Amino acid sequence: MSSVALPAPAQAPPKKGLSEETFWGIVLLVPYFAVFALFVVFPVLYGIWLGSSPSAYRKLFADPVFASTIVNTIVFLLVAVNVKMLLALGLSAFFLQEKAWIRWLSVLFLIAWAMPSIPTILSFRWMLNPEWGMLNALLFKWFQIEGPGWLTERHYGLAWAIIVHIWKSLPFWTLILLAGRMAIPKDLYESAAVDGATRWQTFGYVSWPSLRGLYLTCVLLSTIWSLGDFNSVYLLTGGGPIDSTHVLATLGIRYLRMDQVDVALASIIVAMPAILPIVWYMMKRLSAEHTAD
Amino acid sequence: MKFARDWPLYLVGSAVFLWTIIPIYHLLVIALTPQQEAVASGLFPKHPTLQNFELVLGAKHNMVQHFWSQLGTSVFIAVMVAVITLAIGVCANFAITRIRIKGGRMITNIALLTYLIPAAFLAIPMYKIMGAYGLVDSPWSLIFAMVALASPYAIWVMNQASTKIPRELDEAAKIDGASTMQIFRFVYLPLMVPTMVAIGTYALLLAWNEYLYAFLMLATESRLTLSVALGNFLAFDDAPWALLMATGVIYALPPTAIYYAFRRYMVSGLTAGAVKS
Repeated sequence: MSSVALPAPAQAPPKKGLSEETFWGIVLLVPYFAVFALFVVFPVLYGIWLGSSPSAYRKLFADPVFASTIVNTIVFLLVAVNVKMLLALGLSAFFLQEKAWIRWLSVLFLIAWAMPSIPTILSFRWMLNPEWGMLNALLFKWFQIEGPGWLTERHYGLAWAIIVHIWKSLPFWTLILLAGRMAIPKDLYESAAVDGATRWQTFGYVSWPSLRGLYLTCVLLSTIWSLGDFNSVYLLTGGGPIDSTHVLATLGIRYLRMDQVDVALASIIVAMPAILPIVWYMMKRLSAEHTAD
Repeated sequence: MKFARDWPLYLVGSAVFLWTIIPIYHLLVIALTPQQEAVASGLFPKHPTLQNFELVLGAKHNMVQHFWSQLGTSVFIAVMVAVITLAIGVCANFAITRIRIKGGRMITNIALLTYLIPAAFLAIPMYKIMGAYGLVDSPWSLIFAMVALASPYAIWVMNQASTKIPRELDEAAKIDGASTMQIFRFVYLPLMVPTMVAIGTYALLLAWNEYLYAFLMLATESRLTLSVALGNFLAFDDAPWALLMATGVIYALPPTAIYYAFRRYMVSGLTAGAVKS
């Protein structure tokens, strides 16, 4: 290690085959390629092969549970994603306030996201138990109301699955939108205030134009991920009563448990035409944003 | 009047507080209620007790007899997933963003694509392939599955962090005669530590919290993860809910503590990673 700067050609690049850099570049990518091939590509191909018999699709389309699952999934997505994102948009403005108690509340607010979902979902499940749960007990004690079977009726069951889903993921999206709001230059707000803009005008002319792109990104990402929310439905209602609250994420498991692997995979494959375009579009969008930096 | 002006804030604040705290409060109340009366009739436990925690920690009930080995499995799987994901992530990231290997852009896009597809839709094919590999019921099936799910995100977030490290550092090291692997070890890795903390935590929590994959791939009761053991309580009509909630509290504590400890890294990792306007 001499610190004397030698003239450059001390080591001419060895032009035989790979340069040292490229060699290491390939070696360093081997682990990722191995995992990707063994645990992403192969399972996908194997799954497509297992789910390729036409009879599986005939069985799937003939199953009334499939139709109700599609309806549930669409309702789940439309309600959960929009309610969650609008709440997150509003709450991000709330958490922007510079007050000590609001900062503490934001730390507490994060706990739903920080905690594993299973204990809280099971907590909801027991709370909603029609006979022994706290909700109906308190409804009766305070208002003499006989609460309904929250998880044993389709509409209530689905509604609670949506609530549980929102409860879990709201802090995450609020945080993302909060970061988006914090990136808006303060002087924009100051000049809006000087011009006498109302609260809504400030939102419409300052905040929203800056947040619009981020909001759309969030809505699309949240749509894809909500589609994959297995726990909120499966651990809360188990797809019941009589398989009326399944969503696409839980339907495959239902067929798997009935030992109909081909139908299980068919139910996933039929969802792909809806999912892949969004995933593809998001990949392009995020990738373009990344290189724009 | 300060209050008169701020009341909408207080209103929203109270709603946020209640919304956040209710399910967690309920979890704690039931966990502190004696098993015989897991029926919550009021807002407060009538006879609060730590008896459930004693039963769980002493593995003194047949529902929790494997508690410690299940905890061990959860820890082992989570740590292995974090370590392997980090190793794969930094290696791939160095090749893509520092060596700038050809096709790096495409590898990033493939990783991103994998990351965006909901994991629930890959679960059944993954379960079937693990059967073909003979890995079902081995903790390694879950470890590899989780690594496959976590490493695309690792590569994506690391790519963004790594492009902020000036290339001049690599070039200066090269002029001093450093080999590629010396640059990796002495220039790149030290600067990536904050991102590695974020990704390590992410992978650790992802694996610890996973239910679906664990429930599909693990079968032997004593070697389940805690998450699956919790779900299995539901198989019984007369599930001992108080015990379930106590186990749930113990299960939730480590990841929550870790999340809060590394919150700053997590937040910047996520906001720099997943979403950017």
